[in-house]
Amino acid sequence: MFGIGLLKGLFTTLKNLFGPVFTVQYPNKKVGLLGALKFHKKTPANFIKTQPKDFVKSLAGLHEVPEYPDQATRFRGQDFNWFEDRCTGCASCAKYCPLGIIKIETKPSVRDAKEGSSYDIDVFDIDIGRCMFCGLCVEACPFDALHMGSGFERANEKRDGLVIPVDELRTAIKTPSTWFRPQMENKNYKPKEIDAEIKDYRDIGRHEKPSDDELTERWVDER
Amino acid sequence: MSTELVTMNIGPIHPSTHGVFRMRVTFDGETIIDAEPIIGYLHRGSEKLAEERTYTQIVTLTDRMDYTASMTNNQAYILSVEKLAGIKPAERGVWLRMIAAELQRIAAHSVAIGFLINDLGAWHTPLLYLLREREKILELFEMMCGARITNSYLRPGGVFMDAPDEFWPSLNRFLDEMPERLNDIENLLTDNEIIVSRTQNVAVLNKEDAINASITGPMLRASGVDWDLRHRNPYDFYDKVSFRRPLGTVGDNNDRYLVRLQEIRESLKIIEQCLDLIEPGPIKPEEVPFLVRPGEGDSYVPIEAPKGELGFYLVSDGGISPFRCHVRAPSLMNLTLLRDMVIGYKIADLFVTFGSVDVNMGEVDR
Amino acid sequence: MGPARDSFLFEIVYCHLSKDPSCDSVRYINLSFIPVELNWLSFSLTAFFWIFAFVNAALISVLMLIWGERRLIGKFQARLGPNRWGPLGLFTPIADAIKVMFKEDVEPTLSDKLIYVLAPILMVVPVFMIFPVIPYGAKSFLTNISVGVVFVLAITSINSLSVLMAGWASGNRFAIIGGIRAVAMLLSYEIPMGISAAGVVIIAGSLSLSEVVEAQIIPNAIFQPLGFLVFLVASTAELNRSPFDITEAESELVAGYMTDYSSMKFGLFYLGEFMATIASSAVIVTFYLSGWRGPSFLPIPGEFWFFAKWIGVIAIFIWFRATFPRLRIDQIMSLAWKGLFELSLINILVIALTMAIWPDPTSTQLLFMTGINWVVFLGSVYIFGKILSPNLTGNKIDKRKVIYGLD
Repeated sequence: MFGIGLLKGLFTTLKNLFGPVFTVQYPNKKVGLLGALKFHKKTPANFIKTQPKDFVKSLAGLHEVPEYPDQATRFRGQDFNWFEDRCTGCASCAKYCPLGIIKIETKPSVRDAKEGSSYDIDVFDIDIGRCMFCGLCVEACPFDALHMGSGFERANEKRDGLVIPVDELRTAIKTPSTWFRPQMENKNYKPKEIDAEIKDYRDIGRHEKPSDDELTERWVDER
Repeated sequence: MSTELVTMNIGPIHPSTHGVFRMRVTFDGETIIDAEPIIGYLHRGSEKLAEERTYTQIVTLTDRMDYTASMTNNQAYILSVEKLAGIKPAERGVWLRMIAAELQRIAAHSVAIGFLINDLGAWHTPLLYLLREREKILELFEMMCGARITNSYLRPGGVFMDAPDEFWPSLNRFLDEMPERLNDIENLLTDNEIIVSRTQNVAVLNKEDAINASITGPMLRASGVDWDLRHRNPYDFYDKVSFRRPLGTVGDNNDRYLVRLQEIRESLKIIEQCLDLIEPGPIKPEEVPFLVRPGEGDSYVPIEAPKGELGFYLVSDGGISPFRCHVRAPSLMNLTLLRDMVIGYKIADLFVTFGSVDVNMGEVDR
Repeated sequence: MGPARDSFLFEIVYCHLSKDPSCDSVRYINLSFIPVELNWLSFSLTAFFWIFAFVNAALISVLMLIWGERRLIGKFQARLGPNRWGPLGLFTPIADAIKVMFKEDVEPTLSDKLIYVLAPILMVVPVFMIFPVIPYGAKSFLTNISVGVVFVLAITSINSLSVLMAGWASGNRFAIIGGIRAVAMLLSYEIPMGISAAGVVIIAGSLSLSEVVEAQIIPNAIFQPLGFLVFLVASTAELNRSPFDITEAESELVAGYMTDYSSMKFGLFYLGEFMATIASSAVIVTFYLSGWRGPSFLPIPGEFWFFAKWIGVIAIFIWFRATFPRLRIDQIMSLAWKGLFELSLINILVIALTMAIWPDPTSTQLLFMTGINWVVFLGSVYIFGKILSPNLTGNKIDKRKVIYGLD
């Protein structure tokens, strides 16, 4: 009969009206008093004492607390992570980049060749303004020196600002993504955790193929 | 009483042309007299670009053709490369890419149904319910390969990386929740008298015309032709799983909606079977190099993409990049009969029909 | 020229100003200062005060409705809705209004300038005129004109003219199709709306809105459900709201008649539409939901009941918008002429017959009449749904299921 389907539709939307909300309010959300207490993990008295301004704001539901979406560890982020100690300047990444946006200039090293640095790298610029984050450069790197980053907040007003220069690559805080780095995943490394920074390239380790026994064991466990 | 005909340019910038599609439509009052589709506004020369890239680099180009179904695009391309280079893929890699492809089919059909209902004039509610489910699939993809839409997950011989440990429980949770959500969508849409009266017996496409115009995919099945490449010409391990193929009875807009909705359910079943059958092992044969260099020859492997038969025709001259790459894009083929389907119907039906064909302009223009 | 004695709103301002002897000198003692000779002055001042108050109240309620609609639709769609500006996003419509004001005012070259400018004004101004005649409480109304029902129905149909003007003056094909659709649709839905309102008038025995409310011992929505259904659907169509929003039809006509409007002219259309929703909801509450009347054993003023029902009706409109897709133009027309028109005729016939049999019904007779109306309602809706509705859709419909390919 005409109208039954319409009523069914109305009740479905009504059901969703009282259902959970799916929105994630990146980068921050406004909370009331209860939400603020939950976020800061404080008792009301403690909250008033330490953050009186925030307390007043939270009464009006205007206190802002940061909120981030969940991010997979393999997320291919914007800021590339690069370990100079490992890089030999072979330019595999530049060759495999489909867009040719990695610029590498090297010169023969003046240092002792025994240290493993036969080439000094002068320029290692990545133009992420044109990058599509396919990650083939990371896949191509034979020495696990280049990694995808885990950040995604590099909005800029100028295109020049989107080029990551070599100095920034050297000095940046390194929280690489585990994309194409199974050895990091096996160590349960999570880039978005606090203190996730990798200070030494040795911490990453080299990728070794797991044995078939190991694979089977893992697979059976998780099933 | 005869009135003056009105010719209108609908698109390339219009809320419901799903990208940059243009139609020059002639109306008599509200009735469509003529509709001429004009395409090419999103041409990026992907096929030509492919001639200058290595076989692995082209995977990234295929992502951007049908950007609602990157995984199946990757799959079609990779199958073609494997045939060209004679690579035997690793078993676990194939299972993984089947799971990925079926998830992608659910996501693509969700988008198709959501925007079809939006073209019908719903105030985004069904669309947002379906995008909510698609969001979960995209999160699964993010776990698998670090990207949500432009995945580039597949490589010649399998996939580039095994799915992480946290992927499997998430996938199971998704499989548990999805049928219930689909029931919600069905309650909201399938019996809705407005949708039924707007879509049934509108823009009917009969079997003969559909076959003659080489229309494929859900659109062909909605016309009642039992043609699914996963069943007729199984690639990957589709011969090891069983699934039903929903077919329409009339071939109108309503059938196209119903077929897509039921295909989502079948895809869920396929994923469940894949989960039972997948075994541990390598995801990619050791011997496949990063720089694939097939011998001379050509190859074409059609697959059942969410929108229809998708295939990459690759010609190799023995170099590291293909000599010629041609894409048989289902969106373009399915669009060819739009004019014949809409003539005689009302303005509002034009957009519904266009939505029910489910084209993606990125794939049409390439 | 004495004050309208039964209008509490008028009296309370007027008697504070004027030394009119007809005012209750005990209640307004020593406050009034304008002598009786200058009565015209106090009369005008009162009028200006209430015009100011009503216009501003209407504008503020539009802001609140914009917020409420977006927020509620957001919740229907399992998302949050506006939440960045102010607590719960309450200031979002204010920010919207400021943004709209500062936008560039583009005037198409091909437009008919005078009509192009007049159309948005004509959209907004008439709607303001509905608010003063609505009885918000037993005595809370500004004026009680004796032909209130006709007045309300007449005013609400003016905006179809504005829509046609806007569509025609824009010189844009999307706009003119929207304008023509609007006129066809709005004129068709005037008729079932008017006829079902006649059922209300028969019960009340008067065209005055106050007496319509007074007469509703049983709310008309329960007493004559068929009339309520027709009136609700017809008002939705009159308001160009989903599922009858073919005049704007975002997915078809971009924005219909207001495609070429920008800046504050667009803002006025927006304002007019939302204000019409508010006004129309008030009319529905008055006609069918017994206005300010509530359960008499509760010591709650009638204004509260009125506003509660008002918000409820607006929420129903929002609920419709969140759920229904749009109908096609031919389906909308056949729904008006082949469906609602007949239903409203059946309604008025039954009401007239029962009123002829029991001209002055006791409460038992009233209940009996309600029973008859419900039987007629269910019967006619069943017949309409079962037999007529397949013929209304323009194309054949059937029960559809997919079949499965055989292996």
